[in-house]
Amino acid sequence: MTFNALWVAFSTIVIREVRRFTRIWPQTLLPPVVTMTLYFIIFGNLIGSRIGEMGGLTYMQFIVPGLIMMSVITNSYSNVVSSFFSMKFQRSIEELLVSPVPNWVILAGWVVGGMARGLSIGVIVTIVSLVFTHLTIHNLPMIVVTVVLTSALFSVGGFINAMLATKFDDISIVPTFVLTPLTYLGGVFYSIDLLPDFWQGVSMANPILYMVNGFRYGILGVSDVNPFVSLGMILAFIIVLSAVALRLLKRGKGIRH
Amino acid sequence: MTNALEIEGLTKTYGDGFKALKGIDLNVREGDFFALLGPNGAGKSTTLGVVCSLVNKTAGRVRVFGHDIDTDLVKAKLNLGVVPQEFNFNQFEKVFDIVVTQAGYYGIPLAKASVSAEKYLRQLGLWEKRDSPARMLSGGMKRRLMIARALVHEPKLLILDEPTAGVDIELRRSMWTFLEDINRQGTTIILTTHYLEEAEALCRNIAIIDRGQIVKHTSKRDLLQQLSVETFVLDTEKDLPEAPTLEGVQCRLNGDGALEVEVEKGQGLNAVFAQLDALGIKVVSMRTKANRLEELFLRLVEENAA
Repeated sequence: MTFNALWVAFSTIVIREVRRFTRIWPQTLLPPVVTMTLYFIIFGNLIGSRIGEMGGLTYMQFIVPGLIMMSVITNSYSNVVSSFFSMKFQRSIEELLVSPVPNWVILAGWVVGGMARGLSIGVIVTIVSLVFTHLTIHNLPMIVVTVVLTSALFSVGGFINAMLATKFDDISIVPTFVLTPLTYLGGVFYSIDLLPDFWQGVSMANPILYMVNGFRYGILGVSDVNPFVSLGMILAFIIVLSAVALRLLKRGKGIRH
Repeated sequence: MTNALEIEGLTKTYGDGFKALKGIDLNVREGDFFALLGPNGAGKSTTLGVVCSLVNKTAGRVRVFGHDIDTDLVKAKLNLGVVPQEFNFNQFEKVFDIVVTQAGYYGIPLAKASVSAEKYLRQLGLWEKRDSPARMLSGGMKRRLMIARALVHEPKLLILDEPTAGVDIELRRSMWTFLEDINRQGTTIILTTHYLEEAEALCRNIAIIDRGQIVKHTSKRDLLQQLSVETFVLDTEKDLPEAPTLEGVQCRLNGDGALEVEVEKGQGLNAVFAQLDALGIKVVSMRTKANRLEELFLRLVEENAA
């Protein structure tokens, strides 16, 4: 296929994905806004006022970057996993399999579709957070690069989950038992300085800690880890997981007999 | 003339060890209207699945208009349009979007894709439904939608797996007419069907597959010439207590009380009617018991099973 044809195929997948999650906006765009608003009210205002400062910031200011990142992560992941698995389930994935679209374009299309939803939610949640607190921008490029790469990483993760899933239960196992615990323990609600040394060491093995802190550094200039180490880790994960996803696509795991 | 499809030594063994295809060789000429027939589980859909990249083959070679699917898959796919047996589109998307999106997967820009989508949706009587979600269509409309989707990139080879399954006779006839038209315009067509009258009416060449092997691969004319006996059903004016004894033909009463007469090829029916007339039996109507291809198909499959 020519470059133009590849571009048309790629944009077709992305547009279809955007059309899908905007068509069902009460299921995709509204719930995270409601959830995050509740977080801001309960953890930020009500409980946060009793917690006091964290890392030299009000508790509300401290948790906002983490909550934005949490919504980006969960929505990027869930968009791809639910969309791709639904296509597998309905067998409409065959529309793509019979077409000449290369595997890397299929992956790229879904990842960008997942990023479109994840980043849209990120922007909406950021706007909502401004109702409750004011945000500074310490390092804009760091904010953009961290959130974009994190969204890409979890979109790829969702894609792999969808490829391996054989039933609807399988697409909720990873978000429930892996993603949510890692996110909650990834320094969204607290600084790891509060933890005993042992648990600080354990926390350093949690990849989401680096993403949350990289993003927090971009906004507040405060981080538990080196933000450039964070970027390096995100990039490395993207490369490894993309290779796994392409390998699964080539084998036709779960989509070809 | 080149071959639209060439299959050599195609085998497929599934993960559980089941051998669905046991070395298939098949050629379909460009411009042909070809039927791949066989009983359920014979390997029809697996064969077409390999050609369409929906099934990974175990061994063998497949070429579409000379493009090997192992080394030149993109060009092979560009020449292919596929109408699967099961509905496989997003039921929540609009009819027009489904067709245009498929064109996009082939790299066709939206403006050009829209023109092509309109052309085929109009030809298949779906233009009025273009803004309806696919789930709102009737079964026959959904089948036509899959045909429009398969044609939107103007493939040279159209593969249809049971295209008229569950479609009423009037709609089936109109789909036959449509398929004959696009075949006349140059599109090679391969179909599988359980309606053997469909294959007999439409196709010029036929392969019969059974238990993963091709048991016959020839022209429809040659195939039908192999049929030595044909059965006619004669409705008589009065019910017969028992089948009459007729010289030179086998006859019996069927469950409906009609007379079934087996006539050898070239024998003619005049002698049969003369004998019936002499016995005072008046025939009021006559039809063939089954279409000729069906009889031959059953015999070939039975022979292969023996």
